[in-house]
Amino acid sequence: MFELLGIPPQALFGQLLLGLINGSFYALLSLGLAVIFGLLNIINFSHGAQYMMGAFVAWMGLTYLGIPYWGALIVVPLVVGATGVVIERLMISRLYHLDHLYGLLLTFGLALIIQGLFRNGFGVSGLPYSIPSQLSGGTNLGFMFLPNYRAWVVVASLLVCFGTWFAIERTRLGAYLRAATENPTLVGAFGINVPRMITLTYGFGVALAAFAGVLAAPIYSVNPNMGADLIIVVFAVVVIGGMGSILGAILTGFGLGIVEGLTKVFYPEASSVAIFVIMAIVLLVKPAGLFGRTA
Amino acid sequence: MSVTTETTYSSASQAMPIGTPRHHIIIFAVLLGLLLIAPFLLYPVFIMKILCFALFASALNLLLGFGGLLSFGHAAFFGSASYVTAHAAKVWGLTPEVSILLGTGSAAILGLLIGALAIRRQGIYFAMVTLAFAQMVFFFALQAPFTGGEDGIQAVPRGNLFGVLSLADDRTLYFVVLAIVFGGLLAIYRIIHSPFGQVLKAIRDNEPRSISLGYKVNRYKLAVFVMSAALAGLAGSTKSLVFQLASLTDVYWTMSGEVVLMTLLGGMGTIFGPFVGAAVIVTMQNYFASFGAWVTILQGTIFVISVLLFREGIVGVLSKWIKKPL
Repeated sequence: MFELLGIPPQALFGQLLLGLINGSFYALLSLGLAVIFGLLNIINFSHGAQYMMGAFVAWMGLTYLGIPYWGALIVVPLVVGATGVVIERLMISRLYHLDHLYGLLLTFGLALIIQGLFRNGFGVSGLPYSIPSQLSGGTNLGFMFLPNYRAWVVVASLLVCFGTWFAIERTRLGAYLRAATENPTLVGAFGINVPRMITLTYGFGVALAAFAGVLAAPIYSVNPNMGADLIIVVFAVVVIGGMGSILGAILTGFGLGIVEGLTKVFYPEASSVAIFVIMAIVLLVKPAGLFGRTA
Repeated sequence: MSVTTETTYSSASQAMPIGTPRHHIIIFAVLLGLLLIAPFLLYPVFIMKILCFALFASALNLLLGFGGLLSFGHAAFFGSASYVTAHAAKVWGLTPEVSILLGTGSAAILGLLIGALAIRRQGIYFAMVTLAFAQMVFFFALQAPFTGGEDGIQAVPRGNLFGVLSLADDRTLYFVVLAIVFGGLLAIYRIIHSPFGQVLKAIRDNEPRSISLGYKVNRYKLAVFVMSAALAGLAGSTKSLVFQLASLTDVYWTMSGEVVLMTLLGGMGTIFGPFVGAAVIVTMQNYFASFGAWVTILQGTIFVISVLLFREGIVGVLSKWIKKPL
């Protein structure tokens, strides 16, 4: 058996894969945050709670209504996204004329409410969600064993990220969106309903979080706290990448997932803080973030 | 330079008369009077908890309400000071005043490190950076050998103040805690009303203008961040002696959120708001403790209502009624 830098290849590639999986979630979540921030100028603190909601609604759909995984992948983002639309209309839309910090405080409160409700209803022990039969098992690549479902998570995340990037950067709707980010008043003057666009953008960002939640359900146990700690890491990812660019959010997400995976191989004690250390370095060297515009 | 500085001060003194307003002295005196008789009417540990959180929230308010900087990671300073004090008192066997000083000092150093990095970003990013660093401190507390992991540091001895006065009795400890917290509150009051505090408010209201007036804005921001961190540390240190416990709860992000909630509910940028906010939230936690997750839901609801309908906070609304700054 050959070794790479004194590390058996199974361990190395295993951790790389894990890093890539984490990176898929970082990318999906930071993409959603960036899309919301771009148009609404608020940081959606309830993003982690909405990711958790995605996993729970998928579980409830399967348990109570018999909606299979593949159906959940489409239905759940729509349902959770719809709750996002309601939240934006009823609450967030009242704060646009205020300091952006109020948006952060409001969504933090919402996150507490959502988490508390699910903890009341389902406890904290976590619920199992089985991998769909088409994706169970794995493939032996020779140098490592690749579980099929994990490969699917990476592929699905890449597809959705690329689709979102394409929609925003290369379509007419995306052009309206980018224009509204620059100057909402002028875009409104051209007859485009900007408030509705803002509402739908928030709904879309929330739907991305819910989609990530459905993807996560079979890997991690479905529990009310699954989003809370993750979202703080994603905040660090967003600070590192800067929220100015869609592609930047995606690249930073995947990149940092891989870096974190590698830390687990070479210096496991530091793996939980690796991303925060990188954030400190980026703040020192390039305060606006790797892809950020200077504020 | 001198001319512009003068105009800044004269406009500020129109809003607030020179010298300490009489109603502030009266409120401080009445507050002190009530707190002196409180331990004979109520459970002292409960009031000490309110006092510790009042200082913690006032420290955050110094940064948020007067510096305009929202830190979502103040649990890092509260918690780390709590651990250092507990460790110093239990393992090293130091006296309480030295343990508290060590805890406060380490919070100040941590504040210097995190603050120096965090002030490089503004607004929302500042909040996210502080939150992320606080989470890093949490992971450190989870893994470090001396923090006791999930158990925390339990059965911390309260010891003898200056080596003579035993603090084992709740009421004796109460008056020491009252002296510490009241001293902290007066210090914050003094900072807010000093020339330094005036510059701070100018930076909060108009940063580009303050820069153009020649103020080194980042130095002011860092200075107030360190002060706020140290005072939050003082609150954490005192808390660990009161409850004889330092645990992961003290450094977790929920603690950072709670103290922001206390400040928001009481009134950001008011002098007595954080105290009122702390008293309301601690009392609420006390009475709803048996309802589990409902406390979280209730706190979230208060957050949402405060932001949507009640942004001035309790004391902010009162202050509007009597048309005087509180």
